[in-house]
Amino acid sequence: MKTAILGASKGMGRALARVRAERGDDLILLGRDVDDLERSAADLRVRGRGTVTVIACDLDTPDGFPAVTEALFAGGARVDNLVITAAHFGTQDELEADPVRARRLLTANLANTIEICERARVALLAQGGGTLCVFSSVAGDRGRKPVGIYGASKAGLSHYLEALDHKWRAAGLITICVKPGFVKTGMTAGLKPPPFAGEPDAVARQVSRAIDRGTPLLYTPPIWQLVMLVIQHLPRFVMRRISF
Amino acid sequence: MSLPASRSISGWGLFALPGRERQSEELEAASETAELSRGLGRSYGDSSLPATPESELLCTTLADRILGFDEASGLLTGEAGLALHEIHRLLMPRGWFAPVTPGTQFVTLGGMVASDIHGKNHHKEGCFGDHVTRLRMRLATGEVVTCGPDERADLFWATVGGMGLTGHILEVTFRMVRIPSPWIYQESRRVPDIESFIAGLKESGPDWPMTMGWIDCVSGGSALGRGILMRGRWAEPSEAPARFPAMPPRVTMPFFFPSWALNPLSVRAFNILFYWKHLAREKRGIVSPWGFFYPLDAIHLWNRMYGRRGFTQYQCVLPESAGQGAARRFLELLVKLGGASFLCVIKDCGAEGRGLLSFPKPGISIALDLPLRDWTQRAVNELNAFVIEEGGRIYLTKDTLTLPEDFAKMEPRLAAFDEARRRFDPERRLRSHQSERLLDPATKEEA
Repeated sequence: MKTAILGASKGMGRALARVRAERGDDLILLGRDVDDLERSAADLRVRGRGTVTVIACDLDTPDGFPAVTEALFAGGARVDNLVITAAHFGTQDELEADPVRARRLLTANLANTIEICERARVALLAQGGGTLCVFSSVAGDRGRKPVGIYGASKAGLSHYLEALDHKWRAAGLITICVKPGFVKTGMTAGLKPPPFAGEPDAVARQVSRAIDRGTPLLYTPPIWQLVMLVIQHLPRFVMRRISF
Repeated sequence: MSLPASRSISGWGLFALPGRERQSEELEAASETAELSRGLGRSYGDSSLPATPESELLCTTLADRILGFDEASGLLTGEAGLALHEIHRLLMPRGWFAPVTPGTQFVTLGGMVASDIHGKNHHKEGCFGDHVTRLRMRLATGEVVTCGPDERADLFWATVGGMGLTGHILEVTFRMVRIPSPWIYQESRRVPDIESFIAGLKESGPDWPMTMGWIDCVSGGSALGRGILMRGRWAEPSEAPARFPAMPPRVTMPFFFPSWALNPLSVRAFNILFYWKHLAREKRGIVSPWGFFYPLDAIHLWNRMYGRRGFTQYQCVLPESAGQGAARRFLELLVKLGGASFLCVIKDCGAEGRGLLSFPKPGISIALDLPLRDWTQRAVNELNAFVIEEGGRIYLTKDTLTLPEDFAKMEPRLAAFDEARRRFDPERRLRSHQSERLLDPATKEEA
């Protein structure tokens, strides 16, 4: 089985690449920093038996996307799973202080991510089907004070992924929307972990299982499904008062 | 990136200090501003704790990639935060093991170098640093350099056992060893007193790659220093089970023991039980490597056993020059002090570590836990006075309470280490609470 991961050298992408490598997948690592991807490739070659290749892909430069999809499916090569974990992150305070950074985040996390998904959709359907697994976030489930702008990008993405799954699953394109809660990675380092914070390895194992089963929506760690169910049903006057 | 918030940071002994800790996957970038790198925090005292509440530490555990492994030579390169248990999980099934391992596998490569850790095979294989071929480091001056026994050897041997004070370790290359099977052939026997114990260790040394013992540290008189002597070697495939030894499920110590749980009676009972649990005078057979090397790893957060106030470990080496009687006199002192330790570990050391501050030297090493209570400082002072008298020294990785003047008396190598720090960190940007306490007490008072 061949799995391609955009954002493979960091955080949950790194953890997922390791899980898939240890079960023997061939891997394609995509990301901005090719040197860093090569270091991850070395790590994965020791861990797994499959091949590991590297393709440069920057979520901020959509002009490069056609070349990326071409390299990914070069010569009619089959890709079984395409996973996108890459995204920008910023705290609400940071993004409010820097509107340009906010625009870059919204562009990369929403418009550019959807463009990659659209290009992948065409290629995956052309090869007869495949799985597209994209990391959204619980931050997109409700308008909350600490994640207003970041959450907006993820709300839009979750929305798109649900529609994609409804429209194309029958044709063989399985879309998986992963909504991680707080996971202790480099992205969240420095933030105070809330209760129910998850470890990347455990999240990666759950995501890998969701890919195997074609689960359309995954909250991880699973307790976050319950947490978000409560939060989604809190009345507005309560949401206005709490800082969560 | 903004400065991480100040919070309480502690080592394995739970002695805690306020400071700032940054976690990063990219050590090279993140090490520019940090005062010290730390890994999994298994050193007992203040070796990896912040010098001041404003001090910024770099936690390396997210930088955990294997950057290369050569199945022909066994050479492995890993990022500093790569943990030993992960290396073993991946490579033991393929017939490889670390050349030297401490009593826990929840340690990082960077920490293993900084402490120049030793293990049950010290009498044959020396310290971990003896098996390291290359380090990649960020110096306090900002430079990123590589060093090894043949390249910038002065920096290398100052860093091995240098407690992270000569630069941030970014990558470590060392040689793994081939093992015939992942199982251990072990012989263990009850030993009646300290003299037979030392004789047993010495006699086992030449033929057994791994030796150590547990001592009952409350019984005095003719039973002084009685305990269980263990020796082991890797099992041959013909005598070992074909399956891979399953790592025991880790149970978590769910809460802190109340401080009264640890009292002379419970300690005494534990020591006596441990001795007599080994009912047969002698046992031999195939055992799991996990129980053999890492008996305490089976209990996650076992350090809570000593209560919220935490504990420290006292580990010293009594040199051969101190003679046979030194260990007996040490244990007599220990029994007199009340011996509030659950067991103590004894091991004979081989050649002196080559790192400027490496702990081991030829002689007998004794390690014991001491709960942090009002009397602990006095006990450590008394033990230190004895160790100084006998020409021994203590292990920095375990230490919380040693006084700077005592440490100076144990460490004739201190001046050479100080000179190395002056060369590689002229502005003294790298520091820990321990370095301020033991190596630079004067500057601390000025500040």
